[in-house]
Amino acid sequence: MRTFTVRRARFIALCLLPGVVFVVLFTYYPMVRGAVIAFQRYNLFDLTSTPFTGLENFRAVLAEDRFWTALRNTGTWVAVSLFFQFFLGFGLALLLRRHFRGRGLYQAWVFFPWAMSGFLIGLLWRWMFNGQFGVVNDLLLKAGLIEERIGFLASPGWAMTSVIVANIWYGVTFFAIMIMAALQSVPGELYEAAAVDGASRLRRFWHVTLPHIRPTLALIVLLRIIWILNFPDLIYAMTGGGPAGSTDIITTFLIQQVIGGDYGRAGAVGLLILALLLAFSIFYLNATRFEKAR
Amino acid sequence: MRRLGTVAKVVVLGAWLLITLFPLYWIVVTSLKPKPEIFSVPLRYWPANVTFEHYAELFEFADFGTYLLNSLLVSLVAAAVVTAVGVLGGYTLARFAFPGRGALMLAFLVTQMIPLFIALGPLYLLMSDLDLLNRLAGLMLVYVAMLVPFSTIIMRGFYERVPVALEEAAQVDGASRLAAMVRVVIPVMLPGIAATFIFAFVQCWNELFLAITFIDSEDSKTIPVAMNSFITQYDIDWGSMAAATVVSVVPTLVLFAAIRRYIVEGLTAGAVKG
Repeated sequence: MRTFTVRRARFIALCLLPGVVFVVLFTYYPMVRGAVIAFQRYNLFDLTSTPFTGLENFRAVLAEDRFWTALRNTGTWVAVSLFFQFFLGFGLALLLRRHFRGRGLYQAWVFFPWAMSGFLIGLLWRWMFNGQFGVVNDLLLKAGLIEERIGFLASPGWAMTSVIVANIWYGVTFFAIMIMAALQSVPGELYEAAAVDGASRLRRFWHVTLPHIRPTLALIVLLRIIWILNFPDLIYAMTGGGPAGSTDIITTFLIQQVIGGDYGRAGAVGLLILALLLAFSIFYLNATRFEKAR
Repeated sequence: MRRLGTVAKVVVLGAWLLITLFPLYWIVVTSLKPKPEIFSVPLRYWPANVTFEHYAELFEFADFGTYLLNSLLVSLVAAAVVTAVGVLGGYTLARFAFPGRGALMLAFLVTQMIPLFIALGPLYLLMSDLDLLNRLAGLMLVYVAMLVPFSTIIMRGFYERVPVALEEAAQVDGASRLAAMVRVVIPVMLPGIAATFIFAFVQCWNELFLAITFIDSEDSKTIPVAMNSFITQYDIDWGSMAAATVVSVVPTLVLFAAIRRYIVEGLTAGAVKG
C-alpha cells in the first residue's frame, strides 16, 4: 500500500532528526566525555595540562572518608524513604480505591507537592525545621513531646531524619497514585469468582490482588529507588550535605566535586554511580523475576 | 462496624490532607508577616499584621522581575520546542516500523534513568566551547535535550490511541501524509499536547543544577538561580525567601492543576503497562 519507501524513509529521518541531534549533542556526548575525563587529571582551575592518569581519580575518591559516608548515607536515605513512601502510599491507595464524592478534588489537593521542585521543597522544610523559629519545634513543644527546641538541621544525629521526613512527605502521594492505578487494573471478575468461592476480604487481597499487581509494584519500586538515589535537590536546599557530611548522599557528593571544579573526580563519581545503578538494577530484576516464577 | 470504617477513613484522609497542605500554608503565612513577627517566639499561626513588604522587596531590591521574565522566556521557548520535537518524533515511532526503532526508544528511555547532572562538568565545558555560558539560549538548548526523550515517548503513546484509519481516510481523500497529520490527528491530540507542553514548562521553571552551573550574571539568572544565591549569604532572609517561594510556585501550581489528570494518566499508563 505504502510503496514510496525512499520518500517514507526521508520522512521518518526528518521527523526524528531534531530530537536525535539534541539528545546526542547535549546528553550522550557530555556523558561520554565525562567518562573519558574520569581517567584524566581535569581541574577547571588549571586546564593547562590534562594528562591521562589511569585510575588515579577513582583511587582518590575511594580514599576519601566523605565518599564512604555518602555511600552509607545513600543506603539509609533510599531505604528509609522508600519504606515509608511505599507503605503510607499503599495505605492511601487502598483508601482512595473506591470512588467517593469529592475524590477527584481530594486527589488534586494532595497532588500539589508535585508542582514544586525538590529545591523549593527543601527550602520549605528548612524553614519548618529551623531550630529557633521553626514550626515543627513549636508544634512538638505544644504537644508536650519535647522539652526544649531541637536543632534539627544543625545536629548530625537529627539532620538525616529531617531530610528523610521531607522526602517522605513529597513521595507518598506519588506512590499512592501509582498503586491506585495498579489496583484498578485488577479485573473485577477475579474478585467475583473469589467471592463466590467464599473468600474473605483479607484472603481476596492476599490471593487475588497482591499476585496480580506484584509485577507493577516491582517496577514502581525500582523506578523510585533510582529516582530517590538521584534526588540531591532536596538535600542540597535543606542542608547542603551537612552538618559535617551527615546528610551527604552520593549525588550531593558528586555536585560538590563539580562545584569544586574537579571534573576528573566528578567524572569518576559519575561512573561509580552508573555502575552502582546498573549492578543494582540487574540484581533487582533477577530477584523479582525469581519471585514471579515462584 | 461499617460506619466505624467510614469514620476512620475520613479521619485518615483528612489528616493526610492537613499534613500535605500545612507546609504550603506556613510558607504563605510567613511571607505575609512583618519581620519582627517572623522571628519571634511564640510563633503566630495567623499573622497579626498582614504585610506585602517582602514581595515589594523582591521586586525593588532583588530585581525579581528580571528573573521572572528570564524564567518565563526560557521555559516557554524550551517547552514549545520540546513539544514540537515530540510531536514529530512520536509520530514516526508510533506509525512506522523501521530498523533502529527499538534502539532509539531504548536510547531515549536510558536518559530518563540517568540524571543529566551526572554530566554536569562536561556540559559546562561544552557550553563554554559554544560560547553559551551566561546565556538564556544555552539553557534552553540543554533543557530541550533534557526533555525531548520524555515528550517523544509520551507523544508516541498519544498517537497510538488515535486510530490509523482516521488518517488513512484523509489520505485516500488526497491529503498528503503531513497534511493528514496536521489536520486530522493533531486536533484529536490537542489536550495531550497541551499537557506535555505544561509539564515541560514546569520542569524548566523549576530546574536548578544546570542553571546554577551555567548562569552567573545578574542579567540572565532564572528564579531558582536567584533563590540559590539568597541562601549562600550567611543569614537567610526568610521573609523574602518565603515570598520568592510563593511567587515561583503559584504559576506552576495553577498549570499543574490544569493537567493533573493527564500527568496521572501518563505516569500510571507507563508503569502499569510495563
